[in-house]
Amino acid sequence: MSGYYEVDGKQVPHDEEGYITNLSDWSKELAEVIAKEEGIDMTDEHWEVVNFLREYYDEYQIAPAIRVLVKAMKKKFGPEKGNNKYLYELFPYGPAKQACKIAGLPKPTGCV
Amino acid sequence: MSEVKNFLYVNRKAPHGTIYALESLEVVLIGAAFEQDVALAFLDDGVFQLVKGWDTSELGVKNFQPAYTALGDYDISKVYVERESLEERGLTEDDLIEMTYEDEDDDWAEKSSIRIVSREEMAQIMRDSDVILSF
Amino acid sequence: MAMLHTVNKSPYQCDTLESCLKHVGDGDVVLLIEDGVYAAMKGGKAAELIANANGVKICVLSADVKARGLEGKLIDGVEVVDYGGFVDLVVETDKTQAWL
Repeated sequence: MSGYYEVDGKQVPHDEEGYITNLSDWSKELAEVIAKEEGIDMTDEHWEVVNFLREYYDEYQIAPAIRVLVKAMKKKFGPEKGNNKYLYELFPYGPAKQACKIAGLPKPTGCV
Repeated sequence: MSEVKNFLYVNRKAPHGTIYALESLEVVLIGAAFEQDVALAFLDDGVFQLVKGWDTSELGVKNFQPAYTALGDYDISKVYVERESLEERGLTEDDLIEMTYEDEDDDWAEKSSIRIVSREEMAQIMRDSDVILSF
Repeated sequence: MAMLHTVNKSPYQCDTLESCLKHVGDGDVVLLIEDGVYAAMKGGKAAELIANANGVKICVLSADVKARGLEGKLIDGVEVVDYGGFVDLVVETDKTQAWL
């Protein structure tokens, strides 16, 4: 069901899967709200991935597929962080899916 | 496991007048997840998709040109552009965006994905592909 | 290694058929479907394209020919196939490119 996230008394619309409708509505506070609904407690490590995704989207206009996210993370942060296990520990329901939702990006293309 | 096939995505439409270019790009991104051998071909008005410097702000549509430059991340290293199609439109390779990939067999050196080919070579590339998806 | 090419656009609307014919090889088959069948009409400007397509078999889909009133107006040498014939062509050739 589509609906709204409540942030500081304001309503931010999202689609039936929880992705925000207007990418410009995103804020750090909103990210915390979405994370909470996903059952995730945002740590610095979570923020690192979320910020990285936002930078990636800013540059390429794509929410990357998991394989691409892993590769790009590896390039930037090294193999300790650029691997599936690390990312799934942070975002158990799918790093690309969950982290993109928290980062305020569209659902990754090819992610079903 | 099924064998790896050579996929060729043929692009023949200009970017904004129809939805074909964007749809093709989406299919390429989805298809890339299946780890097949993927190549792209740009001919006829399709070469306009690669002309750099898009500014879609006044059209009110997303500028999806940066996405082409991410295709290297999706392991797409073969982008064939037809020379005759460029020439007929007064274009040269210098008018095109840069598309690169990292060569696994050469210490991950960054290389251009774009290969300018003749019409004859393009016809051969089509014949050599297992599956052709034309847009 | 023959290929089947289908073309579904009128040659008077866009250059799809022209581009297709520039990229075919010997032994290939071009099947005109939907508005593509207008290219096979006798006396039209596009007939020249078909006449110059050496080494390539040109077919048209009968359903689309009939639907447009083109029976008896086709260029000599163009083969008319029905839906079953379409399937045969797909099976006989080694791959298909659907030009749009």
